[in-house]
Amino acid sequence: MSDDATDVAVDEAEDTEAAPSVELLYGVPVAEAFGQRVLFPDLDGYIELLAELREQGFGQVVDLCVVDYLQHERTDLPATVGGERFEIVVNLISHARRERIRVRVQAADGVEVPSLFDLYPGTEAMEREAFDMFGTVFSDHPDMSRILMPEEWSGHPLRKDYEIGRIPVQFKGAPSQG
Amino acid sequence: MTIADKPSTTDAPIAQESSGFVGTDDRVRSRDSAVLRMSEAEVGELSLDPTHELGESKMLINMGPSHPSTHGVLRLMLELEGETVLRSKPVIGYLHTGMEKTGEQLTYLQGCTNVTRMDYASPLFTELAFSLAVESLLDMDIPERATWIRMMMCELNRMASHLLFMATNGMDLGAVSMMIYGWREREPLLRFFEKVTGLRMNHNYIRPGGVAADLPDGWQDDLVEYLDAVEERLEEYDILMTGQPIWRERLQGVGVLNEAECLALGVTGPLLRASGSSWDLRRDMPYLVYDQVDFDVLVGSYGDSFDRYAIRLNEIRESMRIVRQCIERMPSGDYRAQDKKVTPPPRARIDESMEALIHHFKIFTEGYKVPAGEAYAAVESPRGELGVYIVSDGSSTPYRMHVRAPSFVNLQALPHLMENGLLADAVAVISSVDPIMGEVDR
Repeated sequence: MSDDATDVAVDEAEDTEAAPSVELLYGVPVAEAFGQRVLFPDLDGYIELLAELREQGFGQVVDLCVVDYLQHERTDLPATVGGERFEIVVNLISHARRERIRVRVQAADGVEVPSLFDLYPGTEAMEREAFDMFGTVFSDHPDMSRILMPEEWSGHPLRKDYEIGRIPVQFKGAPSQG
Repeated sequence: MTIADKPSTTDAPIAQESSGFVGTDDRVRSRDSAVLRMSEAEVGELSLDPTHELGESKMLINMGPSHPSTHGVLRLMLELEGETVLRSKPVIGYLHTGMEKTGEQLTYLQGCTNVTRMDYASPLFTELAFSLAVESLLDMDIPERATWIRMMMCELNRMASHLLFMATNGMDLGAVSMMIYGWREREPLLRFFEKVTGLRMNHNYIRPGGVAADLPDGWQDDLVEYLDAVEERLEEYDILMTGQPIWRERLQGVGVLNEAECLALGVTGPLLRASGSSWDLRRDMPYLVYDQVDFDVLVGSYGDSFDRYAIRLNEIRESMRIVRQCIERMPSGDYRAQDKKVTPPPRARIDESMEALIHHFKIFTEGYKVPAGEAYAAVESPRGELGVYIVSDGSSTPYRMHVRAPSFVNLQALPHLMENGLLADAVAVISSVDPIMGEVDR
């Protein structure tokens, strides 16, 4: 065994000492939340992990949504995962294994997230909604446009710094009073 | 129609699923060209220009949002050649009122009043999914009677929702008398809901901790009388529609979706089951006490609009079976957990106990705090998998509340279903997807 290898082994030992509870599944940190397993890949390994999960029989992406952790204290992340402002949450299901699994990826504001459209075409509308509501841009998405808000809308309503009730209701074309 | 009785636990389905899934890709990809990926502005411009780039024989037209067969405010942009639909795009958002944002302002107790307005044809399911998510964050046990009441009310609601589908599906396809019959059979259910919950719709009945009120005296008699009457009426539906040649002509072979496509597109519920996949959360990932009652999961074999109609009709019968078992086996006990921090104390206690008065006041003014964490709970709504994802930061309002609406995802399949079909069949297809726009737009 070369010296380098021992060094790495020592480093790893130190890492596990600092964070004794980090378990790995498919090579990424995993946690358990109320009977469902949650995976925490980093943005680079995101597509690879999803491709692996599809191989493993998770044939359907049930849900994809974004959470804006602007002022939230991140205590629920495994020790090796650094929190960013946005988190993309993907819920997958395997019919054959009768099992759910959840993937949570951290993405800073303005960072492009790779689209899952190629792996799971069903994420098209969900990613459009995430873009519409949070401004998260998904690269290689076939139609990255707004879905719920009007096309000419500016701003992303579900961001935590988007004020509520900023736009007064207007009734266009209604006859004015008096 | 075939009936799958028991979940198969051998390795065979795994192989089937994966082989099916590989095959999918081709079909989903080849039909991907049916999706019209253009903005409203582009379509508007092109449709005004008679010599547009698509060629003279092709026409871009707009359908909805105010069209009687779009079930509310669904709008479609269609590319037609003659009467054939080549490409299409559902345009949604006309009912968007920011309910997920509103949910972040409301306490967990008020949350149900908000989510119940999403799927207005089956409001109890959204309440249930929301309550299950909150309860798993609270790590709370629910009394047995409350669980059975929830299950029974949800099955009644599934019947009401499917009866509404029977009515609108009949109307869309020209069986107008069916519309009247569907409404007629749904009406006693809404009256029963009013008797139990106080409201015909938007009940706010299922709440974290249990249900809002116990069942009223004599509820069994009301239900038995109703179920006996409906059983005969369903036979009439079979005569009126199922075996009728015109009805079959309109539906059979229209809007076919195979299992692999459903999985790839995220489609769930009756659409998925119509394609031959035996998947029902009530049986395969049981919640409440569905593992203690007998019912069958209905599976189609062609994945067309007729299968989707037949599955919904027979799911009414299965729901009736479950309701009858609930009537027989309804346990006695409490209808909500007696957790002073979460559920309000009984009215009589407030006069006697200072503590009860304080708890009552606190629950209704500032709500209760839910431990930090995230939870996803899903139920099988009449339209498919309805999930609620809640992130709590430890305060009394959710930090983020996301609803996985089955109609929203199922609508993605519309262009695939309508490809190369007739414009008249588009109406049959929209109807058979059974979207509820309140849930799509949230």
